[in-house]
Amino acid sequence: MSSAVAEAAAPAQANVKAGRSSLTRSRIRAAWIFIAPTLIVLALIAGWPLARTIWFSFTDANLNNLADYEFIGFENYLANYDGEWLGLLTDPDWWQSVWNTVWFTAISVSIETVLGTIVALILNASFPGRGLMRAIILIPWAIPTVVSAKMWNWMLHDQFGVINDMLLRLGLVAAPITWTANPDTALWTVIMVDVWKTTPFMALLILAALQMLPGDIYEAAKVDGVHPVKVFFRVTLPLIKPALIVAVIFRALDALRVFDLIYVLTANSRDTMSMSVYARQQLVDFQEVGLGSAASTLIFLIIALLIVITLAAGRVRLGGGSR
Amino acid sequence: MSRHLASLALAAGLFASASASAVEISISCSALGKEYEICKQGVDAWASKTGNTVKIVSTPNSATERLALYQQLLAAGAGDIDVFQIDVVWTGILGQHLQDLTAKAQGSIGGHLPAMVETSQVDGKLMAMPWFADAGLLYYRQDLLDKYKRPVPQTWADLTETARLIQEGERKEGKGDFWGYVWQGRAYEGLTTNALEWIASFNGGTIIDEKGEITIENPKAAEALKTAAGWVGTITPEGVLNYTEEEARGVFQSGNAAFMRNWPYAWALAQGADSTIKGKVGIAPLPKGGADGRHAGTLGGQLLAVSKYSKNADAAIDLVMYLTGEEEQKRRAVEGSFNPTIVSLYSDTDIAKANPFIGDLADVFSNAVARPATVTGQNYNKVSTEFFNAVHQVLSKRAEPAQALNRLDRDLKRIKRNGWQ
Repeated sequence: MSSAVAEAAAPAQANVKAGRSSLTRSRIRAAWIFIAPTLIVLALIAGWPLARTIWFSFTDANLNNLADYEFIGFENYLANYDGEWLGLLTDPDWWQSVWNTVWFTAISVSIETVLGTIVALILNASFPGRGLMRAIILIPWAIPTVVSAKMWNWMLHDQFGVINDMLLRLGLVAAPITWTANPDTALWTVIMVDVWKTTPFMALLILAALQMLPGDIYEAAKVDGVHPVKVFFRVTLPLIKPALIVAVIFRALDALRVFDLIYVLTANSRDTMSMSVYARQQLVDFQEVGLGSAASTLIFLIIALLIVITLAAGRVRLGGGSR
Repeated sequence: MSRHLASLALAAGLFASASASAVEISISCSALGKEYEICKQGVDAWASKTGNTVKIVSTPNSATERLALYQQLLAAGAGDIDVFQIDVVWTGILGQHLQDLTAKAQGSIGGHLPAMVETSQVDGKLMAMPWFADAGLLYYRQDLLDKYKRPVPQTWADLTETARLIQEGERKEGKGDFWGYVWQGRAYEGLTTNALEWIASFNGGTIIDEKGEITIENPKAAEALKTAAGWVGTITPEGVLNYTEEEARGVFQSGNAAFMRNWPYAWALAQGADSTIKGKVGIAPLPKGGADGRHAGTLGGQLLAVSKYSKNADAAIDLVMYLTGEEEQKRRAVEGSFNPTIVSLYSDTDIAKANPFIGDLADVFSNAVARPATVTGQNYNKVSTEFFNAVHQVLSKRAEPAQALNRLDRDLKRIKRNGWQ
């Protein structure tokens, strides 16, 4: 009996399956056709260079003659010559640059997130001249990094920089501060300039999130007489959190690849060298395409790893919040 | 007429030469300031003389970017540029892509400054022709030396003492931001040239000798670095640790320093109409390390080289020989203050009239110290980077000279591992 039912049901099920799959199949086909141009372009402009860089990292290629190279395995990363360990993984300069980059990213993105949120909250309030204010605040972000870095370099100059002049006149310092020359202040100076430049970007993303928030929650909170600070931490922050995490990841991705700002402000100095500056120095200054590619490959892996960690951490916290 | 003859000759099969037909040559001239205009006049003169045409290719102003561009072009074997203007420290790096000019220059090369010729050679073969020379100089304020009744310093100890005296005196008179001595201390190639001058002036060698032996770890070099580190924060602003040529000139030309180390280009600017120190400046060789030391300015300058991949090599070589020849170097010296590389031009009266200090420079150039670029070849940039980073650590007082030089010696040996080339 049961087998008869099963037999009767089987063709119907098969019919449903076939119907669904033909519809799905044509949809999938359409999707592939639409995605194909993007995928081809991505493969050409991102996939091919990435694959080539990873391949070069296993060779002894030299910028002087790119056609002539040999496969040397992991020697660019780690190799033992006569009992001495050499290669990228043993280079203290590389680890210094990794540390600099991570430190720079952690500090600058944190400050930018806090300041950006504050700026966004101010711009979200309605006051006369708000439109103009929103435009003005974007100026640092609109200036090309090389230009603003050069500009800051002159403003921070120890002898005729305007910053030191102001501090001296106000009596805050006794002698001019050598912002970019002193190894103790150089990285902080880079962070300061980056915060100046990128806070507007964070503010803009957070402002967009703030504008999506429904007004009735705030009216309800007002009626209940909740303190504004409590409203921010209990209502606003949880609601903009997804947008905030996206903004932080965007910024962190950018900050981990930082190059132009550091290169213009302090050039190839080891105290402030970022991973990208290190890779460029190997590739261009030292013509070591193999070693430079190995550094680039490691940058790729490090960034991928950090993003996965950030995403995982964000999801866990989001899950906890919804419970 | 000559073209007609050439084609006749070709037809007869007597010889197959294309040298008599007009060709187009590309040259990469630097376009900094007056350089482009002066270069254009020079190549135009050659073009009208020979009937060929010359195209000037613009290249980036930054030296490192320019080198990277050259390397990419040459590594691809591209013949787009026939004649390259290269820096004196690039001969070793680019050598394998350049034409050997030894035979063509046999007659003329003897008249050039020996130090410049040396930088143009790789393994004894002439790969480029010297075009103009540069060397580190000491700029001083004549009015301040007169005011404090001091002579032009001959040793670094003299300079330290005089700078301290003038700085104290000027500050007492209310010039709070006055400094004794400014130079280039940023961690870049410019610091290598500065530090090499200090070390060579103390007879501490040139990092690596001409045989390729690493000589940097010696007490004289340590003494030189100790002297320089002593300036930072006393007679030299701490900010010098991030100064390039232009920052140092900014301080000196606004009247805020008694001495400056810089290249000859700063002279014309310091004496310019808008300069606050116009007519108060003098130049001299850089001081000696001590009574038994020597005056040492690091050699700089530019060379002209012909690409191996040039399709019109003969015409390109002819252009190089013309541009580096006596007549053209004289014109460039008179019109653009480019320092000639031909020794006899230093006693030329027309040049002396245009540049009164040219006679003083002859000594500086003939005593100039070359960076160890030729002997280290491809590895020069790595050597220079290790060196200026080590020096920078000493100057910013994060390492003792002896300790830094010991570490540098180890790092250089690591780079040398299998020889320099």
